[in-house]
This record gives sequence, C-alpha cells and structure tokens, in this order.
Amino acid sequence: MSNALKDLLFKMADDALIIGHRNSEWTGIGPMLEEDLAFSSMAQDKIGHAQALYKILNEVLGEADADTLAFKREEKQFKCCQLVEQPIGEYDFSIVRQFLFDHAELIRYDMLTQSSFQPLAQLAKKVKGEIKYHVMHADTFVKQLGKGTEESKARMQSSLNYAWHFALGIFEKSEFENELISENIFAGEEELKKRWLEKITPIIEAATLKVPVTDESKIIYGGRKGFHSEYLKPLLDEMCEVVRTDIDAEW
Amino acid sequence: METLDPRIKRLSLKPSTEVEKTNSHLITYEVFHQEKRGKHVTHVGVVHASNPEMALLMAKEVFGRRGKTTNLWVVKTSDVYTFSSEDEDMFETTPEKTFRDPAYYKVRDRIEKFQNKSKV
Repeated sequence: MSNALKDLLFKMADDALIIGHRNSEWTGIGPMLEEDLAFSSMAQDKIGHAQALYKILNEVLGEADADTLAFKREEKQFKCCQLVEQPIGEYDFSIVRQFLFDHAELIRYDMLTQSSFQPLAQLAKKVKGEIKYHVMHADTFVKQLGKGTEESKARMQSSLNYAWHFALGIFEKSEFENELISENIFAGEEELKKRWLEKITPIIEAATLKVPVTDESKIIYGGRKGFHSEYLKPLLDEMCEVVRTDIDAEW
Repeated sequence: METLDPRIKRLSLKPSTEVEKTNSHLITYEVFHQEKRGKHVTHVGVVHASNPEMALLMAKEVFGRRGKTTNLWVVKTSDVYTFSSEDEDMFETTPEKTFRDPAYYKVRDRIEKFQNKSKV
C-alpha cells in the first residue's frame, strides 16, 4: 500500500511544484499590477501544497526531506503530467491551463477529504479553500475573455484546443489505481475525470466557447511514468541551479 | 510558443512620443476589508477592474492575502458620493464642540464625583 500512496503523493506534489514554478514566471510581467499579485500569490500557494505533500512523504512514508525531493531528483523521477511543464506562453494559455488544471485539483482534493489515509484527508480539508479561489479566478477570466472581444475569444478557444489533450493527461492511470480505490484512499482517476468534465463543460459553454472534441489517440500521457516533454529538463535545471552549485550546503 | 520570461525577452520601450493609455478600459473600485465576522468593514484601498466580479477577485489577493480576513466589499469609485473639498470648512469648528463628545461627560462625571467627595 505504501507504494501506491507514494505514487499518488508524488504525482500530486510534482504537479503542484512544477505548475507553481511555471506560474511564478509571470511575476513582474503580469498584465496589470493587481493580476500580477494575484497570479504570483497563487503560484506560491501551489509551492506550499507541494511542500506539504513532500512533508507527508518524508514524515509518514520515509522518503527524503522536502528540499531533497524538490531539488535533488532527476527528470525521470518526476511524476508530473506534461500539462504543467509547458511554457507559460501568452496569458490566454496560462489562464486556460489554470482553468483546466485547478478544476481537476479542486475535485481531487474534495475527493481526498474522504480518504482513509488521514494525513492526506487532513491536508485536503486545509487547502481546499485556497484552490477554490484559484478556480474562481480561472472561471472569472475564462468567462470574461470568452465573452470579450473577437480577439480574446479566438485566443481562448485556440488555447483551449491546444491544452485539451495535455489536460486529459492529468488523468493518466497508474498501476496502483485499483489498490487506491479498494483501500478507500482515492476514488480514482476515471471518477475524477468524469466529475471534471461535468464541472467544466457548462463553464466553457457559458463563456461561449466550444468544448474541444476528445481524440483518445491524441491524449498526452507519459508524465506519470517519468516520460516528459522537452520543457521539463530546462525548468528543473533553472529551478535547481542554486542548489546544484553546492549540493551539500545547509540552508 | 514564444517566451515571456523577462530574463530572455526584454521589454521594448516605445519612443517617448507615443503615450500608451494603460488600463484605460478599466475603472476603479474601492475596497473594504472585514477582519472578523460582525466587525466593521474598513476602507483599505483601490483596485482596477472591468466589473465588480473582477474587482472582488483582485481585491482578495491585493488586500486579503496577509493577516486575517472574513470578507471583502467592493464599491465602484464613481458610486461613492462625497462632499466637495471646498466644503471642508463646514467641519472646522466641530473639534471645539467637546460637549458633543461622550468622553467629555465621562470626565465631567469623574470631576463632579471628586468635588462631592472633597465636600464631605
């Protein structure tokens, strides 16, 4: 059971760390002061979630400490989905990614409040409120820009189409899926994906955008098993640059 | 996709003759902050936004990300009706009218009490 738990925690933590790092790239160059602050603050929240999850891996499941897990692992060991690794692009893409990713996060944490694994259930109850705001932020922007000008609508639709098959990769199943479900740790990726689609479809439609057509053969899997896009390695190199200059330094 | 990383892509500054209208499509909203349920909401500042929903969204991180917050209010700046600054003279003598200040009576009470005591 411990391997199944570790797999679940690593993928959640790595998703949070990488999306947090990516979104923090907007700090200082956001579209306006208020939004710059909001987006940066949410990116910080994500790093906080990653830290809390690594802490459970360390304290309850015997893995290394959070800093080691975040900064001293190889690309292959990361279990994040490829959606979160993609460059920030233009603001429409970053907003669409937040919309697709954070809706899945909110439902995942909501499901985990019922988890038989207490440390995770407690964490889920704690961070649900933060993610609720992230979702509210994404929804408001998606509606605003979807119903905005001809340009904003076109940009949102094209980013949605581009991000869609990456986003479906969030729900890549692991070999531990059945174990997690039968042990009542997590109700599973299939259930999560179902609820996610039910949740986001009316919002996309309310924003007068079209829900992209899913082509199963185009879903971008691999991240959960350590296969990443060309963008993760440079991100890790940059994120770990300082740590690597003196790997044994104490902070 | 082209990078927006400022360390790679530097901001290209426009010639000074071109004046860019930033945020010209946005209006301002006054933000009020409530620390605890039942407590007064206090004016804390202003955000730029295109509608009340956006204003509240921005206010949350600008004014609610540190310390305790229970709720926030936003009000369109143009909806706030105020006196003209020329009318400030209407308030000039108010500080002198201490008999309108409840603290004045508290002090009066104590003085009278003291005076009565010394009589006995």
